[in-house]
Amino acid sequence: MAPALPKINNMPKPSWLTVRKDLSPRRHTALGIVAFLLPLAIWCLVSYVPFIWHPMIKIEAPGDVTWLKRGQLIPREDFGKEVARLQAESGHLPNGSRANPIFLPAPHAVARALYTAFMTAPVLRGDLWLHESLWMSIKTIFWGFVISSAIGLPIGILCGSYTAIARITEPFVDFIRYMPAPAFGALMVAVFGIHLEPKIAIIVIGTFFQQVLVIANTVRKTEIGLIEAAQTLGAKRSQLVWRVIVPASSPDLYNDMRILLGWAWTYLIVAEVVGVSSGITFFINQQAKYRNFDNVYAAIVIIGIIGLLTDQVLAFVGLRVFAWRNPRPSRVRTYLVRLITDQYATPLIKIPQYKPVVTK
Amino acid sequence: MNTATDIPLLPDYRTQSPTVAERFRKLKERPVVLDVQNLGREFIGENGPITALRDVSFQVHRREFLCVIGPSGCGKSTLIRMVAGLDYPTSGRMLLDGKEVHGPGPDRGMVFQGYTLFPWRTVTENVMFGLQMQGMDRTQASSEARQWIQLVGLSRFENAFPAQLSGGMKQRTAIARALAANPRILLMDEPFGALDAQTRAQMQTHLLEIWRNVDVTILFITHDLDEAVLLADRILVLKANPGEVQEVMEVPVPRPRSLMQANSPEFLATRRRLDELIHPKAEGHSAEIEKLPIIRLTQVGDDVE
Repeated sequence: MAPALPKINNMPKPSWLTVRKDLSPRRHTALGIVAFLLPLAIWCLVSYVPFIWHPMIKIEAPGDVTWLKRGQLIPREDFGKEVARLQAESGHLPNGSRANPIFLPAPHAVARALYTAFMTAPVLRGDLWLHESLWMSIKTIFWGFVISSAIGLPIGILCGSYTAIARITEPFVDFIRYMPAPAFGALMVAVFGIHLEPKIAIIVIGTFFQQVLVIANTVRKTEIGLIEAAQTLGAKRSQLVWRVIVPASSPDLYNDMRILLGWAWTYLIVAEVVGVSSGITFFINQQAKYRNFDNVYAAIVIIGIIGLLTDQVLAFVGLRVFAWRNPRPSRVRTYLVRLITDQYATPLIKIPQYKPVVTK
Repeated sequence: MNTATDIPLLPDYRTQSPTVAERFRKLKERPVVLDVQNLGREFIGENGPITALRDVSFQVHRREFLCVIGPSGCGKSTLIRMVAGLDYPTSGRMLLDGKEVHGPGPDRGMVFQGYTLFPWRTVTENVMFGLQMQGMDRTQASSEARQWIQLVGLSRFENAFPAQLSGGMKQRTAIARALAANPRILLMDEPFGALDAQTRAQMQTHLLEIWRNVDVTILFITHDLDEAVLLADRILVLKANPGEVQEVMEVPVPRPRSLMQANSPEFLATRRRLDELIHPKAEGHSAEIEKLPIIRLTQVGDDVE
């Protein structure tokens, strides 16, 4: 067996900012993490370093100021005035430390709230636990999106395929699209009652009309050459739509659906205040009323996490389902095949590489 | 006609050896597959109608290889698209096996310059498409498709997606796909135009091989003169503005053809005639390209040739 040649890596280290160039996988991941760490760092800075913002004083001892209570937050200016007044009158000075306003809790408070929100029983009997509220919201979104898609997807595909259908549908859809979905709130309550149904209806109204137009536009972008080729192979009208146009535009339709699902979430909060307030919105409003802003942030963060996770999962599934777009062998399979077939298998343990010897 | 030449002793492109003449006699006895009669196409332009094609008539016999050639903008592509039914003529008509045809159909298969393979289908599934459209079930269609894939030499790639194929392999798949649908005539619109010179030569040889072995009539559009002479039985030469038939040439190069014939006198004579038709020499000008008004931007003595 010939000795393995030493690998020489002469590739220049790529710059971080190269126009329209892919990043190495390591940098890709690193930047993704930094994208989250950076805002978190700013939040920590503002929360924990007193002289950056902290415009309030949290009272620890009221002293001789009658209207102050322990734990109260007052603006620094007002506190300064009181201190000056009492110094002049030589009374007991109030005592306090700098703090941020109540609407900006510190990260650790929100983190604690994330944990306790799930573990604490609701204040009022009959109210829902946080996870129950969340589940209710997810149900609302799910049904709203499914109903909207069940009608909107086929109509959008037909609009994109047949100009006549587009012409008879799209002008009116365009007209309704500009009406804000929450405007239908009262109407939906009259039609569907006060529980989950009107909320689902509002999500459907908010999503459906956009969906038809977005899907139709994507379908219209199908490469005309593919349609012509199919025609010369004998494909007729409906075959052209379902066997050519739909599969050809399916990856883009899938991405459209991902974006539309995000829109459905934005309609959720307004939908949930219609009729009897429900779901995560009820939780948020309730907590805001008690001025538990750490819980409010916790709930908003949870929505973000659910959204991000759903989208990542959908993106991953999309890559697998539409593998024909960017076909590449599975890494696991390649590894196993190499392991069995030849000696060039990538070793599991990294062997130190030979450095090329430069002789003068 | 200018017969004073730089290449002396070339025969007239119309002289045919007895075997070639006999071949053409037999060819013309075969039934006419495609009969194009007075086909014309007008577009609406800014300043009134523009005639892209006028009064184009020709016939293609069964198992004939007819090339259409012409300068750019002569309406070659419009012509083949009309035959395929993807564009409509504003005058004249087309008969396929004696019956008038309108709109696209599987009886006129087409191979496009841009491959137009279905990217979500594997090679086999692409070739199956036409058969499935005709109502054949999957198993039967796939076994039939495999035979066509074998014919174009892509058996090793039958499960590959188009994105994994080279240009030549894509075009071979497209040819197999068109042939599998069993067309009466195969229309090819500059199919090798996007390929590099070597691959193109391979594909030409390959196409001749397929044509020899499969019962198929071919109408082939090209702007490559050598390609036309190498492949065609007859060459339909179009001229531009408006697109009209200038001449129908019978290629005197004997068959079977190969790239080795490119220096034979018949080949060169035909080639030269095509050149005269398509790149006519303007009066008073030599064949030399007009000199570009370029000023010298390099230093004296720094010459490259």
